[in-house]
Amino acid sequence: MTNKTFHTTETAWCPGCGNYDIVNTLAGVLDDMRFKPSELLLVGGIGQAAKLNQYVNANGFSGLHGRALPAAVAAKMVNESLTVIVNTGDGDSYGEGGNHFLHNIRRNVDITHFAHDNQIYGLTKGQTSPTSDSCSVDRTGACNLSKPFQPLLIALAAGATFAARTFSGNREHMAKVMKAAIRHKGYALVDILQPCVSFNKVNTFGYYKEHTYELEGDYDATDLETALLRSMEYGPKIPIGIFYQVEKPTYHQQRPAIYDGTPMIDKQLSQDTLQTFLNKFA
Amino acid sequence: MNICIGGAAGDGIETMAGILEKTLQRSGYYVYSMRDFMSRIRGGHNFAQIRFDSEPVKAHIDALDILIAYDNRTYDEHQKRLKPDGLLLCDPQLGVSDSRTLPIKLKTLAKESGSARTIGVVCIGALVKLLGLDLRTAETVLRETLPEKLLDMNLTAVQKGFDSVEQKQTLASPNVKGQLLLTGAEAMSLGALAGGLRFYSAYPMSPSTSLLNFFAAHAEEFGLTVEQAEDEIAAINMALGASYAGAKAMVGTSGGGFSLMVEGLGLAGIAELPVVIVDVQRPGPATGLPTRTEQSDLLFACFASQGEFPRMVITVRDHPDAFYQTARALQLAQKYQIPVLLLSDQYLADSAAIVAPPDIGKAVQSVSPLKQDEGGAEAYLRYAFTDSGVSPMRVPGKTDALVRSDSDEHTEEGTITESAEVRVQMVDKRARKLELLAGELLEPAYTGAEDPDVLLVGFGTTTNAVAEAVIRLNKHGVSIGALAFGDVYPLPTKELRNYWGKAKAVYSVEQNATAQLNKLIRMETNLSCTDSILKYDGRQLSVDDILHGLAAFGIGGEVPA
Ligand SMILES: Cc1ncc(C[n+]2csc(CCOP(=O)(O)OP(=O)(O)O)c2C)c(N)n1
Ligand code: SF4
Ligand SMILES: [Mg+2]
Repeated sequence: MTNKTFHTTETAWCPGCGNYDIVNTLAGVLDDMRFKPSELLLVGGIGQAAKLNQYVNANGFSGLHGRALPAAVAAKMVNESLTVIVNTGDGDSYGEGGNHFLHNIRRNVDITHFAHDNQIYGLTKGQTSPTSDSCSVDRTGACNLSKPFQPLLIALAAGATFAARTFSGNREHMAKVMKAAIRHKGYALVDILQPCVSFNKVNTFGYYKEHTYELEGDYDATDLETALLRSMEYGPKIPIGIFYQVEKPTYHQQRPAIYDGTPMIDKQLSQDTLQTFLNKFA
Repeated sequence: MNICIGGAAGDGIETMAGILEKTLQRSGYYVYSMRDFMSRIRGGHNFAQIRFDSEPVKAHIDALDILIAYDNRTYDEHQKRLKPDGLLLCDPQLGVSDSRTLPIKLKTLAKESGSARTIGVVCIGALVKLLGLDLRTAETVLRETLPEKLLDMNLTAVQKGFDSVEQKQTLASPNVKGQLLLTGAEAMSLGALAGGLRFYSAYPMSPSTSLLNFFAAHAEEFGLTVEQAEDEIAAINMALGASYAGAKAMVGTSGGGFSLMVEGLGLAGIAELPVVIVDVQRPGPATGLPTRTEQSDLLFACFASQGEFPRMVITVRDHPDAFYQTARALQLAQKYQIPVLLLSDQYLADSAAIVAPPDIGKAVQSVSPLKQDEGGAEAYLRYAFTDSGVSPMRVPGKTDALVRSDSDEHTEEGTITESAEVRVQMVDKRARKLELLAGELLEPAYTGAEDPDVLLVGFGTTTNAVAEAVIRLNKHGVSIGALAFGDVYPLPTKELRNYWGKAKAVYSVEQNATAQLNKLIRMETNLSCTDSILKYDGRQLSVDDILHGLAAFGIGGEVPA
């Protein structure tokens, strides 16, 4: 522990929660990638997953439920040199924050979004989330009578340049996908299957272990059609891996006249420039 | 001189009014111009009203000297306001029988010039002649305003209009030099730039959209982040993310969008993130009257959001005020790490006035920086308990220290806490900022008799009309004065108590139905107005409205201009 830069602190999560694997893996990834804590900004909304930024020694922004993305992209907009990572729940990302999810994919700001998908509302004690499974006859607990939300399919349809799924119980896979997502230039979504031991008695650690499998070694992550088809595969078999990754101009790259790498705080408008501009109204 | 130009949406009233204002400005006059537009793109009835003089004009009045009617509806709606010796300019095709008519074959002349759409410029040509102005001034403005390919036909049109009438007026010689012609929205946008704005986000909503348009048009020139958000909730949360990352941030909207922003307002409060929220008011609730004006969000702005936290609400009074107060609002938000709400309205945002060039240096220096011990890197606490209640602010990435911002109740480090003790300490720390903030408050401006028998109180954009009414009444021996609030919450009370003590009767003048300023004053001081003059039909109170309102209380009576 001593030669590591990133460490985690005591948490308020239930023992056995999938979030522990996520935070520990993330701290390892950040160490491996040799980030400085002060260059990193971890953003969350509100929920169990969203608390993650409080448990890692980096800059942290805990915003409102559902509103992590707008705050995160704006922080990145005004300071490109920050590495911005959002950790927040499925309810936060796809329910309350659904509109922001759609439109920030379109903006392609260079941030990373780890959606801790426990298919349940954890913090509010077990209500159905957008990604909860469909209700079956014998299903007990939270389930969807509405059609379940398909994060990867929707992200791809909205034009995501990086869309992946991993499972918190497969730490090696998760670390690999996290690194690729953080390195990706542009908005990167990783839907992380995360067991909630207290409220989701169906999608458990054992359930995910049994149902998930990795995308094939020769899978072509640059082919959108394949990615769309494979993202619809969700049932007895759940593929994990990077479904799609392409390079497209980021938010900043599309506006070269405004962004040259200098943070907004260092780009103050001079009084002379403004005075000259005022004279145009004479 | 008071001119009204009316027609249907799509007739180009806005463009014509813009060219006319600029021509009057360049001819050396003070101009005050307002817009009354319907929420539609074609048809209906729109008008612009332009008042100008060789003396400063700061409000609109009802009585018209000239009415330019593109259609019969304009004539029907406004002819009763045209003075008996006024002039009605319209096409003979309208078939209006009115002794004040000066018929001009507007449509024919426009077609002869090359396009029916030059009708407005034909009118300008005619006006220039009637008023004895210099045609070359109008031509210069046309050259500056219009695209190359439309120029020739418009120059022809202005000449044809000019030749179609004889000079009727010899106006007092103008004397205005080096002044600026600004709309309220422009004044506010420029003030924001002076105040150090670096980030603006908004979702389009009348009548606030002119701010978004302005910043979007100049984002590259000034290196600003300007983002059209997917909704107002995104707009405010973006602004807060940007603010946290060190950019002075502002959002603009109208009441409906502000309603969506309210949870974000509370986040700014508890996370102590500086932000300026502009509410360009229109009549509500819900969609209300989208393109009209009202001052009915006052109490909502003062009390919106669950929970308790310091905020400041400033109402902008006129064009210069829009510039200075916006610059000041950004700096106050930064200094105290609080949300500052700026209330404007459709009337001010869309009206244009001649103003002295704003003093950028003065705007920048209007708020003195807070002297604070920044502390060392090791010990950095984002929400450190301080005497002032303001904790030293650092920007993530610009310091080795880690900066943590939190919407939950938090410790000094910025991590979640449920400690009863810390909760009370944090609420008190945030509230302590109000003590210093009290010293920043600007007292309301006073106009009128030294020891007035009658006191008027108002706020925001009715200020200049109220002042003009008071001055007229003073000239007629009425002992009256008016206090015009800019800063409204926290409410500055020194001058209020001073004049209240002298007056026998106090009336609030407000552009809302429930006398919200009166309620706020009562809540903060236990003083209550005798009565109120209220207007809530979506049209701005004019000087005449105020005079009539007072006459109804037996004050003043018939007062000539
Ligand atoms: C505006 C608002 N609505 C509702 C809530 C209550 N709330 C807090 S967290 C949460 C859902 C949490 O679910 P999820 O985002 O999936 O996170 P998890 O706890 O499962 O990690 C809700 C509804 C809130 N804090 N704010
Ligand atoms: S409720 Fe579920 S998601 Fe929340 S901490 Fe407990 S196990 Fe984890
Ligand atoms: Mg969840």
